[in-house]
Amino acid sequence: MLNSTVIELSDALAAKKVSSVELTRLYLDRIKGLNGQLNAFITVDEERSLAQARIADERRSRGEAGALTGVPVAHKDIYCTRGFRTTCGSKMLANFRSPYDAHVIERFNAAGAVLLGKTNMDEFAMGSSNETSHFGPVRNPWDPGRVPGGSSGGSAAAVAARMAPAATGTDTGGSIRQPAALCGISGLKPTYGVVSRYGMIAFASSLDQGGPMAKSAADLALLMNAMAGFDARDSTSLERPAEDYGRELKLDVAGLRIGLPKEYFAEGVDPEVLSRVREAIRWFESQGAETLEITLPNTGLAVPVYYVIAPAEASSNLSRFDGVRYGHRAKDYADLNDMYRRTRAEGFGTEVKRRIMIGTYVLSHGYYDAYYLQAQKVRRMIAKDFTEAFTRCDLIMGPTSPSTAFALGAKSDDPVQMYLNDIFTIPAPLAGLPGLSIPCGFDARGLPVGLQIMGNYFAEARMLGAAHRYQQATDWHLRAPNEAPL
Amino acid sequence: MSLTPDQLQRIALLARIAVSPEEALGVTDRLNQVLGLIDRLQAVDTRGIEPMSHPLDAQLAVQQRLRSDAVTEADRRADFQAGAPAVEQGLYLVPKVIE
Repeated sequence: MLNSTVIELSDALAAKKVSSVELTRLYLDRIKGLNGQLNAFITVDEERSLAQARIADERRSRGEAGALTGVPVAHKDIYCTRGFRTTCGSKMLANFRSPYDAHVIERFNAAGAVLLGKTNMDEFAMGSSNETSHFGPVRNPWDPGRVPGGSSGGSAAAVAARMAPAATGTDTGGSIRQPAALCGISGLKPTYGVVSRYGMIAFASSLDQGGPMAKSAADLALLMNAMAGFDARDSTSLERPAEDYGRELKLDVAGLRIGLPKEYFAEGVDPEVLSRVREAIRWFESQGAETLEITLPNTGLAVPVYYVIAPAEASSNLSRFDGVRYGHRAKDYADLNDMYRRTRAEGFGTEVKRRIMIGTYVLSHGYYDAYYLQAQKVRRMIAKDFTEAFTRCDLIMGPTSPSTAFALGAKSDDPVQMYLNDIFTIPAPLAGLPGLSIPCGFDARGLPVGLQIMGNYFAEARMLGAAHRYQQATDWHLRAPNEAPL
Repeated sequence: MSLTPDQLQRIALLARIAVSPEEALGVTDRLNQVLGLIDRLQAVDTRGIEPMSHPLDAQLAVQQRLRSDAVTEADRRADFQAGAPAVEQGLYLVPKVIE
């Protein structure tokens, strides 16, 4: 049961082979057994989850169940949840209890899903290794000496270790796709505006996008059907007709034009990662897909652009944490300004403070044009590279991350090395495009490798279709780590 | 562009983050590493390119949605203030700012 996909669990619930209470209990026990070692969850509340499971079972007995009714889903601790505390991985919000639910949480509640707990994350989603969390690092279930990736590292580790059948994440510069790759699971960052940001604690508002994480692409489609949709409370939420994200799961791969950006297959990428990615691409070719080399010439500028725009937006968004309306307040201070300065010095961790100060600097008088405006212009150049590319191909494939999971502490002292790790995941959110990562094999150490599939705006269904066809022919996505025996 | 510890203190003040003298050197060093990374943008020729502030502005006629100026939310002041560090009679308390 623990190794089942969401679709299999949904079928088992519908066939009354298992109740939601039994299923929830199974996962809660699993969390109890493994969380001490992996630290994937910040908050678990067994009573509350079981109460939701009982309600789901009652709903089913009334004949009112949908596909996700009774299915336990873990949520990244960036989503505001009534009842469960919401910390965003920060000391600033260590005791914060949200008075409202995020739109994504409302959607899962409406579908009758069970909230299994809140997963660990880099503080305010700022990190690629889950080492910046106030609640300690998450460990990679494939090798506990290594990072799970970040910032949705708790969600990725939880799914990989079978502590949850599915989880939510958020992606600003790769925070769904990179941990999915490093933990050997599937994860989708949708087109900007498809999933509401209401109640998703803001990091960089022009980039942030919520999305699902699970074992399989077919599960991601099912979860997207619940998560996506218009919400008037997010000013950038898109008003579009509802769509079935699973409608292209029977996609015929033959004739599909797959672009391979030469910048993604360059020096600096781990040769084993490139081999696994090339093997996956060869499978698509063997099914009749056409591959062509393309160029995304401004790829090398994506990381510098991101580290202007994301910190600039963060410095503005995080100004709300002032020790007045919610969150931490310093004990000793001389006056109002001193209260702000000490509150923020104590409540934020090193990486968050670093990014707020970078953002403050690039927005400050005399530097705005040189940094912020220039970055916004280069951002458009990066978006145009993709527009050009998608005139020639339907999908773009390449590695999600230049390496497999690295050791805890290996990059935590060198911010620039850490940032460069996201070179292949940062371009899609800069352009607002969707991207997903699926497992495509292992390196010699037994660590998972991720294949990234990017598509044009609103091409999620096709991307999921291609991923699903690959997963029907392979079983990488069903492999579970030995470190977390079933 | 490279920051001195004095310039760092100015930024830290604008950001309302206290940086102790002991931390200042290390923080300055790391910020300068990051500024070195983003300085690569200075060499890019961006003449004639419009800044992009919304990721879908080229795809959609993105415009700010407006709603009618009407009360849509219930009064939940007590809920919202339940997590505040200091509240009295429905007001948020801050250190005295006017003598």
